[in-house]
Amino acid sequence: MSRYLAIVPAHNEVEAIAATIAEIKAAAPEFDVLVIDDGSSDATAAAATTAGARVVSLPFNVGVGAAVQCGYIYASAHDYEVAVQVDGDGQHDPRDIPRLLAALNADPATHLVTGSRFIERGDGHRSTPLRRLGIALFARIVSLLTAQRVTDPTSGFRMTDRVGIELFARDYPTDYPEVEAIVLAHSYALHTHEVAVQMRARTTGRSKISTSLSFYYLVKVLLAVSVSALRSHPQPEPGPLSEAAP
Amino acid sequence: MSAALALAAHTSQTTATLQRLAVIAIAVIAFALVFELVRRRALMERYALVWLLAAVVLLVLAIWRGLLTKLSGEVGIYTPTNALFAAGFVFVIVLLLHFSLVISRLSEQSKITAQRLALLDERVRSEETDESRSAGAVGKG
Repeated sequence: MSRYLAIVPAHNEVEAIAATIAEIKAAAPEFDVLVIDDGSSDATAAAATTAGARVVSLPFNVGVGAAVQCGYIYASAHDYEVAVQVDGDGQHDPRDIPRLLAALNADPATHLVTGSRFIERGDGHRSTPLRRLGIALFARIVSLLTAQRVTDPTSGFRMTDRVGIELFARDYPTDYPEVEAIVLAHSYALHTHEVAVQMRARTTGRSKISTSLSFYYLVKVLLAVSVSALRSHPQPEPGPLSEAAP
Repeated sequence: MSAALALAAHTSQTTATLQRLAVIAIAVIAFALVFELVRRRALMERYALVWLLAAVVLLVLAIWRGLLTKLSGEVGIYTPTNALFAAGFVFVIVLLLHFSLVISRLSEQSKITAQRLALLDERVRSEETDESRSAGAVGKG
């Protein structure tokens, strides 16, 4: 059994899921692949099983945050040491996984590594101008709140160690979790780091955030982040978090 | 002149009586409806109580002439109807907030239930696969 787990949340991604799994297995063979089928109405779960992944099928659509958390609970229960989130739609390039792992291992103080589209100028897919404006706003706010340079807080391409796995298994935001998760990790005093990656235009499906929902997304995340900043977060001193800490 | 006044007073009194009867009828129907929903197990007792209470309050106000006027006078509202509207509005707002809390809790609970179910389902399936594999190995041996 491997010590590394790739968590792949997927909702109706039957066309892309097999390719994503194959890419992960090719680029990062030391990773077990766990697909979290978030109540898909198509054959995503069957396609993932055929492609050789383990599959956890949620009985109905619970949203990407709860789906990803399900993966972290699995990782915690099966004692994985590193977990990486890779979207099932092919946006994230699994060939970047070894670089994320190297960054995570490079510094023992770093517990969370995010793949960022905005560190280097590249040819990769970087979203529409309006969305980039929103992302830039979140980046400023999150950078201020965490006192760290965060360029891509909406990236779901994340890798974390045992400490992060235990934290996210117990507490993970629901609706649009990426921005909140970074702030959450910081409020538990977990140091985060970013690695430059290039993302691809999704091969299938559409973004969960349509233009009409963008404003709701913006306001919801702003509320969640400010509430999260005011919430009291017990530091990972007693309990399994400190046991797992290096 | 006095006859006309008396007639007017009589008419308005009749209207007031009709209104009271209508309000009493509404309160009784509301009470019966909520009771019936509980009887059919469509509505849980804990959420029915507040509606039954509202119906009873409405009934008491309709039967006890002058209570509303007295109460609104006590809190300094000149028009009893305004007092009733204000109280009803606050009641509805508080109830809506209560329901938002209930929905939030239910969402959280259903999320956790879904996660546990999915993880258990995966575990059972993987154990079944392991068992059939080891059974196959024993069969070969």
